[in-house]
Amino acid sequence: MLKILKRFSARILRSIFRRKDNLKIGFYGPPNAGKTSLANRICKDWTGEDIGKVSSVPHETRNVQIKEQVKIEYKGKSLTFKMIDTPGIATKIDYENFLKHGLKKSAAKKRAKEATQGIIESIQWLEDMNAVIVVLDSTQNPYSQVNITIIGNLVARKIPVLVVANKTDLKRADLKKVEAAFPEYDVVGISAKEGLNMEEFYESLFALSKKV
Amino acid sequence: MNHYSRSQKKCKMVKKVKKKMVKKIKGLSLQVIPFSEMQTLGISERVKKILNLVLGNKIVILHGRLRAEEEARLIEDTMALVDHVKNFKGIELAVIEPNLKGQGIFVKFKHGFAKRLVGDNSALTVIGPASVIKEIKRDPKKLELWLN
Repeated sequence: MLKILKRFSARILRSIFRRKDNLKIGFYGPPNAGKTSLANRICKDWTGEDIGKVSSVPHETRNVQIKEQVKIEYKGKSLTFKMIDTPGIATKIDYENFLKHGLKKSAAKKRAKEATQGIIESIQWLEDMNAVIVVLDSTQNPYSQVNITIIGNLVARKIPVLVVANKTDLKRADLKKVEAAFPEYDVVGISAKEGLNMEEFYESLFALSKKV
Repeated sequence: MNHYSRSQKKCKMVKKVKKKMVKKIKGLSLQVIPFSEMQTLGISERVKKILNLVLGNKIVILHGRLRAEEEARLIEDTMALVDHVKNFKGIELAVIEPNLKGQGIFVKFKHGFAKRLVGDNSALTVIGPASVIKEIKRDPKKLELWLN
């Protein structure tokens, strides 16, 4: 009972003192889904700078990357938030997979070690988010347990979610499959790399911020 | 004569393949954990129990499913182990649940009520070492385990 009262009062206090321009929006998802590509696209559109490096080798982002005060002004509306790009969450890391991408053994081992720590960091940051954009690769099976675990954790913490199905420019992309996998959430199909359907994405981002 | 030798060759091939298959699945160990065994454990104990079995190269079939925060904790602890245990690459994890889409309100209510009352024991969770399970392909109705 005491616990419920404590949580209730904490939520009330948080909602009173949280200013809308102090929003923390996180980018979560499996590795190589295009979280940093999307974060870069938004940053380039509105701040003129990148947030991080992208690569075809999985686990390129191995530390949480933060961009303060990203301000979006779109169709007369304005939204300022702290952008938090997180390392991709996975249940397994094998350094040998990095060797296939041309990395040397020592570099692959180092990358694997950093990637495991990045995953732990990502999970620990979940609690601090006000809203989360879950970025999925629309060419991959959306029913993977990692996706379900991420969304399940956000729901359990009552954090509003927007699902982004990235890489829709690719032939194998299947937006309908992603929509069917997550029927209770807003799903937007985009290509962060090509900048496709970003208008709908920004509309959904404003809608997401209203749910906080 | 030619036909006979061909069928003989086929027989030999089948035997070879069978031998190979038997060799590959030799040593595979499954452990089924009943819901009642996990029900009384706390989050740390549950995760520890699962990871101890997985480290012993066992595939765990759990009656029921872990809570969202337990799944996150399982991934966190797995990553810490990948860092410290030699040759441990992580886990494969999948959950299959009854599909209640298109079911009547009464069935959904009954399911939700039972879940609240005795916990979620209608699901099945498969967790195994990544060195043994290459991939678990999941769609809403089935799980397919691809072994290494």
